[in-house]
Amino acid sequence: MASQGIEIQKADNNGIICLSLKGYMDMNSSPDVRDVLTEHFDRSTKAIIVDLSEVPYIDSSGIATLVEGLQWSHSSEKKFRLVGLTPTVKDIFEIARLLQVFEVFNTLDEANQGV
Amino acid sequence: MTEADKNLMYFNPDEEESPKQTAATAPKDAPEPKPEIMMELRDVSKAFGEGDQRIMVLEGFNATFEKGQVTSIMGGSGSGKSTVLKHMIGAYKPDSGKIFVDGEDITGFNQKQMDTVRKKFGFMFQSGALFQSMSVEENVALPLREHTDLNETTIKIMVKLKLEMVGLRGCEHLKPAQLSGGMIKRIALARAIALDPKMVFYDEPSAGLDPISIGVIDKLIVDLTKKMGITAVVVTHELPSAMRISDKIIMLFKGKIVFEGSPEEIRTSDDPRVIQFINGSPDGPIPFSKSQVDLGEELKQMNFL
Repeated sequence: MASQGIEIQKADNNGIICLSLKGYMDMNSSPDVRDVLTEHFDRSTKAIIVDLSEVPYIDSSGIATLVEGLQWSHSSEKKFRLVGLTPTVKDIFEIARLLQVFEVFNTLDEANQGV
Repeated sequence: MTEADKNLMYFNPDEEESPKQTAATAPKDAPEPKPEIMMELRDVSKAFGEGDQRIMVLEGFNATFEKGQVTSIMGGSGSGKSTVLKHMIGAYKPDSGKIFVDGEDITGFNQKQMDTVRKKFGFMFQSGALFQSMSVEENVALPLREHTDLNETTIKIMVKLKLEMVGLRGCEHLKPAQLSGGMIKRIALARAIALDPKMVFYDEPSAGLDPISIGVIDKLIVDLTKKMGITAVVVTHELPSAMRISDKIIMLFKGKIVFEGSPEEIRTSDDPRVIQFINGSPDGPIPFSKSQVDLGEELKQMNFL
C-alpha cells in the first residue's frame, strides 16, 4: 500500500507530551513517528499521550512502534496512553490482541486524567 | 463468523472512513454488499511450444478474486493451476487477455512496475521455503529487513506479533530443522504476512500434513483472510480442505474452467468432471494420460527411416 504520509503535531504540557498524528501509520511513515516518539523516552517526560483520532489506518509496523512506547512506560513506570482510536484502527488492535494491553481513552481530557 | 468479522471482510484501508452499516441501520431486505474485487483475470490465454508441439495450457480464463475472501483453485496435475498462479504473481505474461490488480491493468507492466505491485502480495510456498540456516525470527523478519527501512526494534516486535497470530510466539530462536511440518507451514505463513499484504497466495498449504495440522492451517487461512481483509488464493489438491475454507472454488481441466462456485454448489454439481474429481475416480472424462494425441496415431507417425 502506498504511503499517504503522516503529519505529527507535538505539544508539551509540563512534561506531558501529546503527539497528534494525522494520516496513515504504515511501514513508510512509522519510522517518522518512532523518531519523534523515542525523543521523549527520557526522565523529563512525565507521560506520553498519542492521539490517533485522525489515523484512519495502522499496520503492524505502526502497532510495533506504539509497543515501544508501552515498553518505555513499563521500564520507566510513566504513563503511555492512546486516544481516539478510529473503528478500523480499533479493529486492527483487536486482531493483534493488544487492545487490552494499552491504556486507551476516548478523549484527550480523559487521557490527561491521572497522568 | 461474528459481525465484526463480516465488517472487516469489506474493509478497504485505501478508502476513507465511512460509518459501518449495522443490522440496526441497514434497510430491511437489503442485499449483502458485494465484496470488492482485488484481482481480475480477463480472458487470459497461454500456450507453450510451437507448431505441432504447441500446447494450450490456459484458454479464455476469466475469474475475479474478492477482498476478504478465500478462492481455491483446484484441478488435477497439468490442469493449469500453477499457470494461473504464475500469471497472477506476474511470473508469466498472458499471450492474450488482461490482468487487473485493484482495478489497475498490470498486463503490460515491466519488472520494476511489477515489483511495486508484488509489495501487495504475500506468498506461502508448498515446502515452506524457510532458510535452514536462519532462526524462525530471522526467517519471518527477512521480508521486513529486505523491503523496508524499519529499525531492528520495530522489526523484532512485528515478528513477535506475527508469530502470535500463527500461535508460535516463543519459537523465535528455533531453526527450521527443529520444527514439525505443520509448524514450518505456520512460520511460512507468518513470513507471508510479514509485510501486511493485501493478497496472499498459498501453494498447496496442506500438502504433506497430518489432518490436525491441516485443520490448524485451514483455520489460520480463514481467520487471517476475514480479520485482516486479505484476499486469499489457495492452489490445492485437498478437496476437504478447499471445501472448508473457500468462499469460492474454481476447478480447472485442460486449461479451462469447468466449475466455479461455492463449496455447496460443487457438492451438488452434476458435471461428470467435477464428480470424478470429488470422488477421486481414476476412470472418467479426466483421462489418466496427459497426451493430446492418440497413441496409435503417434506410433504410426514415428519415422526412423
